[in-house]
Amino acid sequence: MTWLVPLPVVLPLLGAALTLMMARRPRAQRTVSLSVLTVTLLVSGALLWLSTVEGPQVVAVGGWVAPLGIVLVADQLAALMLVVSAAVTVCVLVYSIGQGMADGSEDTPLSVYHPTYLVLTAGVTNAFLAGDLFNLYVGFEILLVASYVLLTLGGTASRIRAGTTYVVVSLLSSVIFLTAIGLVYAATGTLNLAQLASRLDELPDGLRLILQAMLLLAFGIKAAVFPLSSWLPDSYPTAPAPVTAVFAGLLTKVGVYAIIRTETLLFPGGRATSVLLVAALLTMLVGILGAVAQTDIKRLLSFTLVSHIGYLLFGVGLATQLGLASAIFYVVHHITVQTTLFLAAGLIEQRGGSSALDKLGGLAKLSPVLAVLFLVPALNLAGIPPFSGFLGKLGLIQAGVADGSVLAWLLVIGGVLTSLLTLYAVARVWNLAFWRTPHPDMPRATLPRLMVWPTVALVALGVGLTVVAGPLFDIGDQAAGDLLKRSGYVEAVFGGGQ
Amino acid sequence: MTPNLVSIVLIGVLFATGVSMLLERSLTRVLMGMILLGNGVNLLILLGGKAGTPPIVGDGPAEEMADPLPQIMILTAIVITLGMTAFLLALAYRSWAMSGHDEVQDDVEDRRIMELAERDEGSGADDTHDEHGPAGPASTTPHDSDISRDSSTPVVAR
Repeated sequence: MTWLVPLPVVLPLLGAALTLMMARRPRAQRTVSLSVLTVTLLVSGALLWLSTVEGPQVVAVGGWVAPLGIVLVADQLAALMLVVSAAVTVCVLVYSIGQGMADGSEDTPLSVYHPTYLVLTAGVTNAFLAGDLFNLYVGFEILLVASYVLLTLGGTASRIRAGTTYVVVSLLSSVIFLTAIGLVYAATGTLNLAQLASRLDELPDGLRLILQAMLLLAFGIKAAVFPLSSWLPDSYPTAPAPVTAVFAGLLTKVGVYAIIRTETLLFPGGRATSVLLVAALLTMLVGILGAVAQTDIKRLLSFTLVSHIGYLLFGVGLATQLGLASAIFYVVHHITVQTTLFLAAGLIEQRGGSSALDKLGGLAKLSPVLAVLFLVPALNLAGIPPFSGFLGKLGLIQAGVADGSVLAWLLVIGGVLTSLLTLYAVARVWNLAFWRTPHPDMPRATLPRLMVWPTVALVALGVGLTVVAGPLFDIGDQAAGDLLKRSGYVEAVFGGGQ
Repeated sequence: MTPNLVSIVLIGVLFATGVSMLLERSLTRVLMGMILLGNGVNLLILLGGKAGTPPIVGDGPAEEMADPLPQIMILTAIVITLGMTAFLLALAYRSWAMSGHDEVQDDVEDRRIMELAERDEGSGADDTHDEHGPAGPASTTPHDSDISRDSSTPVVAR
């Protein structure tokens, strides 16, 4: 069944070509992209099941065996990320179709929207499946180029300004990544992740540290880790709501995924623990303090996004099985919830005519559905029991306490504090936008059904994570065990390609 | 290729000039910096592989063949850089068409929030119920464009 592995990359790319040819027929475009992403979701689900039952699924592209050719590897972590990202992209696509039909403003998706969106999906899936450092780079480039186009859709002044920052910072991180790839190849003579796992161990300590630091730097920019995070709140909020939602859900998480993959497979043993933990603490606190100061919902959510990347790094930095398992669970939770919140912010903008807190008010009375759709994921993000945000944070805190070092305890305290401040930030949004008397300037808009239902689906998915938390945590735990053992991945790559 | 001093110095110069161009305000210069950096990285990758005869099977002994992999990677990187260059040029052109210059601008919202904090009207001040009036933190569009013009003034002066 390994022929399934390349499909999550190939299908969206074919779909992109098809939708590009159908540029003048929006209805056909919508049908093609929806069906392509639905099939991708099903394939990803099958891959998750296969990788759980049979172990990592490996395909040697073009029939070239492992160290020579490029391999695509779907182990449990990659497959889990595929499933969540596919589910999110389907929902956001429906939402953007709804938004496009609802208003004739500048936010209307143009004919390039569907092809670009599908290319973005292909880049994300390619990065998850890459078994090769250079293929990972290519995956990043695919998704970045698509994201440049989506971020500057329409070419308005504010989007050009935001896009400039985003493009230049991303290009810089790509240059750093490419330099690191050049150095890794010069030092080891291979870029295959499985082969690198053993060859990097033979290098002198200093050289290995340089390579690790450069890769961490490149991925840190993409994942928006604190000292490298200030580009994110500047660039995300100006894009159309569905674009911001899918960026917030997926793009930074691809960076986090790359950090998890390289820190476990290439540089095991937790040598970067203290750096990662300090960065995690600062990311959490600086991010959430930034969120508290904002007066615009989308910017506030962008800062919480940065802040919660800190939790993921916390789990990765601990480098224990429980820490990694909790981080994987938290990634799944955070992709879902952050995307939902941005979609809800888009709905607020649709209903209230603005996303600035001082121009909103009384939405709870005007639109009770919207109030529920915002409140549930907001409480989920803040970590109120019994939502999945609470379970993820609980796992991380347990892992931190089990570690027992001073730094880990500091992070436990920081994590709890960040959770409380998140609650404060979202409660502020609630008080200002949903309570108070309605603002006189607010329009009498209605919410299109196609925008509400995908948001409902994602809210339900976020709540449903609590129901399936047991099995999901088991998958995360197994994946974390495999990541720490390394042997399963390496054997699958060298034994599996035919 | 075995690294020699000339190529290493060349890579260093490309990186250094690239980085200093990247720190400029004008998007066109940033773009040139990116191109220089990209060329520096490509040379660096080339140094990582072995030099030799063309890597075609049957053309000569395998030990003397060049390592084709770095060249393939460079080719991919060149294609990506080309696409990026085109996109950045389009951005610079669009920025010039909309505002008459192609300078990277400061984030207006950041400045607004800092001003609010200085006047102590920031996030804590919005608890009152009747602040939809002109005293609230709502700043109008002409005010915003004033700030962005201010931010670009020192650059022009430089």
